[in-house]
Amino acid sequence: MALNYTKKTLNHFLKPKNIGEIKNADAYAEIGNMVCGDQLNFSIKVEKGKIKDVKFLSFGCASNIATASIMTEKVKGMTLEEARNYDWNKIVSDLGGLPQQKVHCSIMAVQGLKKVINNYQDKGQEKKKPKKNKK
Amino acid sequence: MQVYLDNAATTKMDKKVADIMYTYSVDKYANASSIHYQGEEVYNNLVKAKKSVAKILNTDIDSLIFTASASEANNLIIKGVARANKDKGKHVIVSSIEHPCVLGPAKELSKEGFRVSYLPVDKQGRVKIEELKKLLKTETVLVSIMAANNEIGTIQDIKKIAKLVKKSGAYFHTDAVQAVPYLNIDIADWGVDFLTLSAHKFHGPKGVGLACINKAIKIEPLITGGSQNQGLRSGTTDTAGIMGFAKALEIAYKNRDKKIEKIKNLRDYFLLEIKKNIKNVYLNGHPSKRLDNNLNLRINGVEGEAVLMDLSNQGICISTGSACSAKNLKTSYVIQALSIDPNYINSNIRFSLSKSTTKSEIDYTVKKLKNTVKRLRSFSPIK
Repeated sequence: MALNYTKKTLNHFLKPKNIGEIKNADAYAEIGNMVCGDQLNFSIKVEKGKIKDVKFLSFGCASNIATASIMTEKVKGMTLEEARNYDWNKIVSDLGGLPQQKVHCSIMAVQGLKKVINNYQDKGQEKKKPKKNKK
Repeated sequence: MQVYLDNAATTKMDKKVADIMYTYSVDKYANASSIHYQGEEVYNNLVKAKKSVAKILNTDIDSLIFTASASEANNLIIKGVARANKDKGKHVIVSSIEHPCVLGPAKELSKEGFRVSYLPVDKQGRVKIEELKKLLKTETVLVSIMAANNEIGTIQDIKKIAKLVKKSGAYFHTDAVQAVPYLNIDIADWGVDFLTLSAHKFHGPKGVGLACINKAIKIEPLITGGSQNQGLRSGTTDTAGIMGFAKALEIAYKNRDKKIEKIKNLRDYFLLEIKKNIKNVYLNGHPSKRLDNNLNLRINGVEGEAVLMDLSNQGICISTGSACSAKNLKTSYVIQALSIDPNYINSNIRFSLSKSTTKSEIDYTVKKLKNTVKRLRSFSPIK
């Protein structure tokens, strides 16, 4: 069945923004896994209660990459509270829509963001990195 | 550059096939069941075409039941044979890597009180013969095992399996949809009771399937009505479709050895080049007992659909090993059946070549694939 990704989704897939991992990030989080076929790893840098920088790594399909890309672009500069409540519907509309079977990607992206913010707040200033995946 | 490497999904129709279908749609359009001279002419030409099909497959003309798809043919055989012979027993065996159009009817049968056993495969996709021996019981009515798998290309030893099944007293069906022209289909020599084909997999039209049946075995029709096809499949004869099917099959088996050798050499070169250029790539399926046009690969650290979309954006059409990109988000059950590390079940892609695939297309694809994998791996959390 044709997915008919929008041009915007394809652009974010082909040239994703904010990819990578922040060195000495204030928090890290991993969501999803390889068995399900979608995984996102987030890292954030926080300054004065705001997201100064956010980056992600992805093992996932085109929409997994595109949703994380556009979301990270939008939440940069937001307060932690704003970012934590970021609505996945916003991602879908920013991309100009997602095929029904791919909407879950946007949900996963906001869940990952929530998780990395929670990790930051739970641990205070303590910087802890999760175990890396084995090859 | 546009490169089509998804020939296991469907193939380009041959010009000669299109021509004959045009003739039998526009010029010789009479109903083959009509007894006037126009109907008679169509009927007689249809018989000639069916004879050509029967000869290639080594069966007789009355055992050919044309349908509107291989899905319909498989439904007819699986449900039709099981239902018509339930006094013999209510047990059916199918391999775990059958196409959904075999698994679907098997599931329906289980709702009707049949017991359905799923025959497992080994890591290379070959069915476990010893397990089959254990599963075969006196109440087993039908066993269905595909000749070659659509995703991983693994070929089964149909002749050996058919012998074993027939010895037990059960009937045997093989879905040979992917086999043309890569296997020398010989219904009599293989000893199969039922066999399924689909024209669009060998440069014929979409919408024309074939159920080859053993007339000595009872079978219940799915579609009743005007009693065409000995009452086994009613509906006005699809003259253009059958003529197209016959022409496509004839072309497929003409100079077959030469054609498949070319495809195989190209496929082997393709794999070699990929391995030369990309690290951590593994072949899924069997190294030698596989369709000559099939290349199913696991590329560690990248997700199959992302590779597909990236290549698609560069003009290359492939398919994922998983059904993820198609309709649902479930991982491919065929890949899962190979019991590979669950961490790798979403990193598979399938290339399927055809007689018109060229070396320059392969070279282009290798070059693009190398970049795609490099790009996706650069931000993959899996190192």
